[in-house]
Amino acid sequence: MAQAPLLTVRHAVKAFGGVPALRDGSLAVPAGRVVGLLGENGAGKSTLVKAIAGINQLDGGDMLLDGQPYEPAGPRDAESHGVAVIYQEPSLFPDLTIAENIFVGRQPVSGRRVDWPAMRREATRLFDQLGVLLAPDRVARGLSIADQQLVEIAKALSSDARLIVMDEPTAALSASEVTRLVGIIRRLRDRGAGIVFITHRLDEIFEICDRVTIMRDGVTMSDRAIAELTVAQVIRDMVGRDLSDLYPKTPTNPGPALLEVDTLTHAGTFRDVSLVVHEGEIVALAGLVGAGRSEVAEAIFGLRPYEAGSVTLAGRRLRSGDTATRIALGMAMVPEDRRQQGLFMTASLVRNATVTVLDRLRRLLFVSGRKQRAATRDWAKQLNVKHSSLDAPVQSLSGGNQQKIVLAKWLMTEPRLLIVDEPTRGIDVGTKAEVHRLIGEAVADGLAVLMISSELPEVLGVADRVYVMREGRIVEHLDRRDATQEIIITAATGAAV
Amino acid sequence: MTGSVAVPRPSAVTPLAAWRRLGSWDVLLFVLVVCMFVFGDAVTEDVRTSATAFNTLRNVTEIMLIALAMTMLIISGEIDLSVGSAVGLSSCVVGKAFESGLPMWQCAVLGVVSGTMGGALNGFLVTRVGLQSLAVTIGTLALFRGLGSVLLGNNTVSQFPQGWVSFGYSEKLFGFLPKTWLIVVPAILLFTVLLRYAKTGHAVYAIGLNNEAARYSGLQVRRIKFALFVVTGAMAGLGGVLFTLRTASASPTAVRGLELSVIAAVLFGGVSIFGGKGGLFGVASAVLFLGLSLRILVLAGVKPNVLTVVTGGLLLVSVVGPAVAARLRAHPLFSRSAGRAERESHSAQTMLPDSERL
Amino acid sequence: MTTATLGTAAAPWRTLLRARETPVLVVLVAVVVGTSLANPRFVSRQGIRDLLLAVSFIALMAIGQTFVIVMRHVDLSVGSTLGLASYVGVVAMRNLPGVPLLWLLLACSAVGLAVGLVNGVLVAKLKLPALVVTLGTLYVVRGIQGIVVASKRVNASALPESVVDLGIRSFLGLPYLMWVVIVAALVAAPIARYTRFGRDLYAMGSNPDAAQLVGIRVSTRTIGAFMISGLCAGLSGALFLARFGGTDVNAGMGVELSVVAACVIGGVFIFGGSGSPFGAVVGALLLKVIATALPALKIKEFWQDAIIGALIIAAISVDRIAVVRADRKRRLESRR
Repeated sequence: MAQAPLLTVRHAVKAFGGVPALRDGSLAVPAGRVVGLLGENGAGKSTLVKAIAGINQLDGGDMLLDGQPYEPAGPRDAESHGVAVIYQEPSLFPDLTIAENIFVGRQPVSGRRVDWPAMRREATRLFDQLGVLLAPDRVARGLSIADQQLVEIAKALSSDARLIVMDEPTAALSASEVTRLVGIIRRLRDRGAGIVFITHRLDEIFEICDRVTIMRDGVTMSDRAIAELTVAQVIRDMVGRDLSDLYPKTPTNPGPALLEVDTLTHAGTFRDVSLVVHEGEIVALAGLVGAGRSEVAEAIFGLRPYEAGSVTLAGRRLRSGDTATRIALGMAMVPEDRRQQGLFMTASLVRNATVTVLDRLRRLLFVSGRKQRAATRDWAKQLNVKHSSLDAPVQSLSGGNQQKIVLAKWLMTEPRLLIVDEPTRGIDVGTKAEVHRLIGEAVADGLAVLMISSELPEVLGVADRVYVMREGRIVEHLDRRDATQEIIITAATGAAV
Repeated sequence: MTGSVAVPRPSAVTPLAAWRRLGSWDVLLFVLVVCMFVFGDAVTEDVRTSATAFNTLRNVTEIMLIALAMTMLIISGEIDLSVGSAVGLSSCVVGKAFESGLPMWQCAVLGVVSGTMGGALNGFLVTRVGLQSLAVTIGTLALFRGLGSVLLGNNTVSQFPQGWVSFGYSEKLFGFLPKTWLIVVPAILLFTVLLRYAKTGHAVYAIGLNNEAARYSGLQVRRIKFALFVVTGAMAGLGGVLFTLRTASASPTAVRGLELSVIAAVLFGGVSIFGGKGGLFGVASAVLFLGLSLRILVLAGVKPNVLTVVTGGLLLVSVVGPAVAARLRAHPLFSRSAGRAERESHSAQTMLPDSERL
Repeated sequence: MTTATLGTAAAPWRTLLRARETPVLVVLVAVVVGTSLANPRFVSRQGIRDLLLAVSFIALMAIGQTFVIVMRHVDLSVGSTLGLASYVGVVAMRNLPGVPLLWLLLACSAVGLAVGLVNGVLVAKLKLPALVVTLGTLYVVRGIQGIVVASKRVNASALPESVVDLGIRSFLGLPYLMWVVIVAALVAAPIARYTRFGRDLYAMGSNPDAAQLVGIRVSTRTIGAFMISGLCAGLSGALFLARFGGTDVNAGMGVELSVVAACVIGGVFIFGGSGSPFGAVVGALLLKVIATALPALKIKEFWQDAIIGALIIAAISVDRIAVVRADRKRRLESRR
């Protein structure tokens, strides 16, 4: 490329709590071009984006904007450099009008008076530019995600952003919304903006990107013009790793059906979801973020109501929203967000590990502190939890050991069905293997596992069967023998290879 | 106060020491109360007498009862501002019932029932309609107060049966314990056991520490919170009955600002306004502290208006104190290692690459 | 899926129809018309005058309170601030030379601003819940007032004529005190709608985290809003003095509830982000109209507090249900 790129990232390094998220990230974005940024979960894309947005600062490597060193101190600083980031789910002000959302914090003033007509005019002009119809006077509450993104894009335009980073903007969009967004991206490009476009839908890459940068395990693997690429090649670059030794797997011998989910539906979230999990097998639920997998898991566990369909555990049909009965019948769930949903971060190991089994750890009428400690000590040992003391707050543990505490609190209930949502996210490789081994051992003893995972190697390495979800429906059901990364990605993204 | 236990430092704070520190505020407060009683004569005369003990205990009867329930409610992350009005309403119900000729025991039952129903209304609006407990209980504060005056208008009902009144006002055991504390003492024990040793208590702390995680752990968050509101209302109802007996009168304007004393005592007793922390020993000590210091001020001839300042000041100190302490602890000058204020470490954590997704 | 249609400029009548204040205004008119049909004496000249006088200081405090509630906080200390300010105002007038009315206003403002500053700093800098902080300052200020005033009662005879006049005289058929409220509303409404300061408050209440991210100076704004509320509460101390021709220990006791109620009923969203000073004034009017309509309808005035409470609960429930509906609608539209 003749002209110097608008943004250059060279050998970026970033670690969180000793776990490297970015080891050698590089990216070049020319003005007037759309660069696709691809990679699996954990590849380091979002970390890179947060560095560009000024949310995190790099540990090593450097960034150049227009050839000048670029080290944003915060989101505001990045914005003043003409860098805008559009997130998957924008954070608007629901009570303010669309026009004001665009200009909040920097409203146009005449004298000292906020100039509403000017704000409205300008908003209308921006939307004209984008070729969309949005009423500037409408409040933002109730806007669809796609429209919220448009407001963010208009905001970026109004601050003369030259570099626009879109972090998975299409994940929660319908087909027609995606078409509209693609049109807008083309317009922005033609006006000379540099655009970084993150997505997992490969068809979109070929539709709008000029170049594609592919990351894997925190390292930029390739950077090519779109003309040089095929879908198969993109997938190979993204995946490209030998799995066999990472996930040793003993053959299993599934028993009778334990969990039966039949045409489960919650309008707008998921529809007609049917699946079966047998005793002694691991079933994976794969798909993109936003496909509705976690919502289905929560509905199965009774945390989220469903409007139609049924959940049956060991032949007993369960009521929607009744978690207590499910737990009593042997259902357990390790949630997606360890810090918000899984743990009481400031409370001790004992308190966290035993919260699910207080009934069983009683002496006479009361919860026995001694039994709580004994149970926690037992399980901490079994799961090899590295800790200084049973009374230490769980936030003092590493991510992997925290996850083991979440596992412990549910394994203590002696579950028959364990739902795990992203069980190894944000965990170092060693502990990851350990978590898989622990789950594997429990399965060998007859436990049934329903696993949600966005990491394909994990899905392929651990699961006996795989269901793939896309846009709230199950679109593919594969046996271990037939599942490949290519097939799953194709089903999850709806791409044609 | 209890302090946010952050990342443990290698040697300085072992968990055991952390527990001690957690306990120390309660103990300190209790020792303080005892000292005030024993050495109070240095400030003004007649402090160290059984009459002072009796008066102090009798005057905090309702506050103590409600504080027991309010402690659990605040630990679970909610609050009830309507308790003062609920006491007033209960008192008016007792008065009205008595006026219309019901036997006294039935009046008392109706008073408790009225408080319980009020609590149920709060609980319904918070856990079912999904409203903030602050906003709801500001509304019910006005509502209950209004219903009280609807019942009695400008009347004041008195002439309650002598036996009941002397039970509430003058009868004592061992020369210092008001007879009404035959209800209060078991209540303290019951709530302490419930909060500290029973499954319910563990659940209440868990909910206050992290409502979502409690839900994901299979705890019946809504049901428990609803029950807490009902119990708080019931205690307020009971408090209203005892208040009526103690003052031998029922009128809609008699009770004002009781919610302040209750909340001040709970927070001063070491319960965190953000939920999840605190215990009943501290709260009970704080109620006694509040009652005794007001009593001493009265004995010293201080005007009643100063007492309001004391209560309000106590409330401010008990919310401002821990916040300032947390800030100091977070300050580089005061923290040698990673000990960080809880909220800050939380916001730092959200920056971790968890959102990295397929 | 384009959700909204484009109107180049929204027709004024449509804006009016959608405004949060409109239903309150309709209810207000309905109550007035209904009551006067049932009891023609309700709309007597003297009746209206009394009503406006009674509503004046509540309305002024509600104007100030709007700025606080809009940013998702609350200020319960206004009642005791009124009480203290009214007394400090009297003392200032007595002991300082020159125009008494001026000293009264200055003293009342100073008291209000000081209380507001304390509230604001505690809430903004220490990140404490406003409710608990202002509940604390409510009683501390009430106590200080009690100590200062003690059992003294200030009567109309002890007040300068100009102050008493303020409470009696009318201009163009409206009592002076109501003109003060109108002026305050005319100042406050543009601050809320047309200044960066005002708009920032709405943004902060609507989405606190995002407000921080877009670079709004949250603590300065928070302190500013609490000081406005304090200022209005202090000035209502002056109105209170003029209206009742005196003050005592009980001045302003419990009015914080009516003030919060006036705001919430007037369409100021208790979870922040929307509402206007104008709405708060209409809310205050509605409250007082209902209170005076009760005896006119031969309902005992004791119902007043109960009705206030019920209205608060109804108003926040309606808002909550509207939000839930909007979210549900979005979910259903979102896909599939």
